[in-house]
Amino acid sequence: MRSFQNWAKTAGIAAVSALVLAACGGAAPAAPTSAPAAATAAPAATTAPAATTAPAATTAPAATTAPAATTAPAATTAPATTGSKLEIFSWWTNGGEADGLNAMFEIYKSENAGVEIVNATVAGGAGTNAKTVLKTRLQGGEPPDTWQVHAGKELTSYVDADQMEPLTSFFTEQGFDKVMPKTLLDQITYKGEIWSVPVNVHRSNVLWYNIQVLKDAGVEAPTTVEEFFTVAEALKAKGIIPLAVGGKDKFETPHLFESVLLATFGPEDYASLFDGGIKFDDPRVTEAAETLKRMLEFSNEDRASLGWSDAMQLVLDGKAGMTIMGDWAHGYALSKGKKPNVDYGYAAAPGNTGVFMWLSDSFGLAKDAPNPEQARAWLAVAGSREGQDAFNPKKGSIPARTDADTSLYDEYLKYSISAFGSEKLAPSIVHGAAAPEAYMTEFGNALNVFGADLDVETMVQALTDAQAEIK
Amino acid sequence: MQQTGVQSSSLPQAKKRRKPLDMDRWTAVAMIMPSIIAVGLFVYGFIAWTGYVSLSDWNSLAPSFQLIGFDNYLKIFNTGRFQTNVRNLFVFTTFFLTACLTIGLLLALLVDSKIKGEAFFRSVYIFPMALSFVVTGVVWQWLYAPGRLPNDPTGFNLLFQQIGATFLQGQFTADPRVIPEIRIAGLKTKLGIPMAMIPVVVAAVWQMSGFVMAMYLAGLRGISEEIKEAARVDGATETDVFRFVTLPLLQPVTLSAVIILGHISLKIFDLVVTMTGGAPGNNTEVPGLYMYEITFKANKFAEGAAAAMVMLIVVAVLVVPYLLYNRRTEVE
Repeated sequence: MRSFQNWAKTAGIAAVSALVLAACGGAAPAAPTSAPAAATAAPAATTAPAATTAPAATTAPAATTAPAATTAPAATTAPATTGSKLEIFSWWTNGGEADGLNAMFEIYKSENAGVEIVNATVAGGAGTNAKTVLKTRLQGGEPPDTWQVHAGKELTSYVDADQMEPLTSFFTEQGFDKVMPKTLLDQITYKGEIWSVPVNVHRSNVLWYNIQVLKDAGVEAPTTVEEFFTVAEALKAKGIIPLAVGGKDKFETPHLFESVLLATFGPEDYASLFDGGIKFDDPRVTEAAETLKRMLEFSNEDRASLGWSDAMQLVLDGKAGMTIMGDWAHGYALSKGKKPNVDYGYAAAPGNTGVFMWLSDSFGLAKDAPNPEQARAWLAVAGSREGQDAFNPKKGSIPARTDADTSLYDEYLKYSISAFGSEKLAPSIVHGAAAPEAYMTEFGNALNVFGADLDVETMVQALTDAQAEIK
Repeated sequence: MQQTGVQSSSLPQAKKRRKPLDMDRWTAVAMIMPSIIAVGLFVYGFIAWTGYVSLSDWNSLAPSFQLIGFDNYLKIFNTGRFQTNVRNLFVFTTFFLTACLTIGLLLALLVDSKIKGEAFFRSVYIFPMALSFVVTGVVWQWLYAPGRLPNDPTGFNLLFQQIGATFLQGQFTADPRVIPEIRIAGLKTKLGIPMAMIPVVVAAVWQMSGFVMAMYLAGLRGISEEIKEAARVDGATETDVFRFVTLPLLQPVTLSAVIILGHISLKIFDLVVTMTGGAPGNNTEVPGLYMYEITFKANKFAEGAAAAMVMLIVVAVLVVPYLLYNRRTEVE
């Protein structure tokens, strides 16, 4: 019996050491196999010249508007890239945004046959979850080739962290610098270089209203802050929630406040808030906070339990008169089968007339990207006219280029395109354009606390304390 | 805990059979080595690393490891937000533990009272534990969404409307009140019970009280009927038996339950994220959520690490005495 036990133990130890050896042995052969992998990567790099001809080819279709024509030459040069990959990271996962992304993928595939697209998406509004995953990957030294990033201060924080490749010469090669508005180019230019390719532009300061409800109350959509309160009183008298506000996604109250700030300061002084010209202890911030407080007193009490889409739904259902939200609310309304200018109307947020508060999604090139050539080819599609015209009508945003084919866009987007071209531009705080994420977080939190306790003094103090985060 | 058990049982053997033991020990060490290395690296190594980061100035996307002392700790404790989080955590833990233990014990006593269909009730009460906190959070969030009172209620408010109990209606998870609102000079938060926290506690208690019931039930079944009989023979009433025999004998179970629930409560994250996301304001936000937001949204990795270390210390304060106590009793 004892000898059997000993035997069993010896066998056990032998088995364990065999396993350990096997594990080591398994690792050892793995090294040589990875070496050929590296070797195969090298030829891919040497064939890169073939790939670089692809972007050159893509500039042509922008002029000729015949994407089919470009597929042929690109396809002939493409076999060199067969088996190669391209990883694109974004938070476009549902409905129109995913459709739009796929439309751009189709164009990319037709020009770069054989490249496998890895569509790395993480769901979550405004990219909150996606950014967490992205930052973890970047810290771990495994960047995707290209990722979605809001143009503006959000972009520059990645540049500061030395995680992006400059794209200045790429921009001139592709001619993007000639077809994008200067305000937008300024936001993607940092330390003298351009860092990302804007795909779209969203408007954040839009007032959405239920046409019938306002008509029944005998009022017109307000254009100034004073008019807003007149309309709000009229709606309240009718027993309708004047202003629907969400809060569950934690950006709704801050989002409302940025348009109030813009209304109070005007576009020039609003911009100065973020270059240090005007500090947040300015009395007008208090004034704006008081306005917001009055607005919230006209809103639904259950803000904290509603998302922005629930708030929009209240307007569409006629339970609320108005809501202030970015123009993704338009996409939401369309998905609910409602019609613009019939069921719901739109205008600039009160006091924001003539100013377009924008945010823009863009794609950058990762420093040490695993597949830089494929990524450049992708950026060429993302910045091209047909790429943007394929993406934006589906996504419900407007192109970052000024030469888009407006006939492809619906009536709201046409209105938005003309506004983007003619109105003054102001960057959004909540959506990463005006201020870095550290400030955005403080700003968002101060406003969410304000949404609960309506304490003006505490909120202004918090914004002032956070001033140091604006670099 | 288990290791000490193994050691104490193998010690007497050592005196009897020396030679096979060396082999035995060697095997034992070889067997646990992989897990020691893995745990050492992936648990204690990373705790040490987090501690190091929490003392550094890594507060942007670019890693930076300049040591700056306890500045990050001072900074987070000086924000109204983190102070509010600590308050919320205290309120949540207190209510959650009290309610879970009370309800769990009551359920255990009920189920133990030789009722019909005991197995059925046991399963019913323990079933919520099979769900993840995320599911619980989403479902209870729907139930507690207040809607627009008085005309357009949703969830519980709609139910109360239908049965005519409108006095029960409330804003629940959207209620921004803190009661009583005590302000202390130097503190940037209001002390009191955030009303929106109550629904979160209810959801957590719904999920975990069945588990406490199971623990108490095992405890109750472990109390020998003879001791109770002896008490009865000595003239004790049923209340006396419960107070002076049953309850004292359940004390170890209570302690275990407090430890298990306590660390769940102190690290709570998923339930709060799905149910309220911390809203209204920061009234239901807890340090776990703060750590996540400050690290991954504000890019302040060092401050996030500091928040994580604070949580670790708080949990350690609860758990370590328990482990020491356990060790001592087991050695005895």
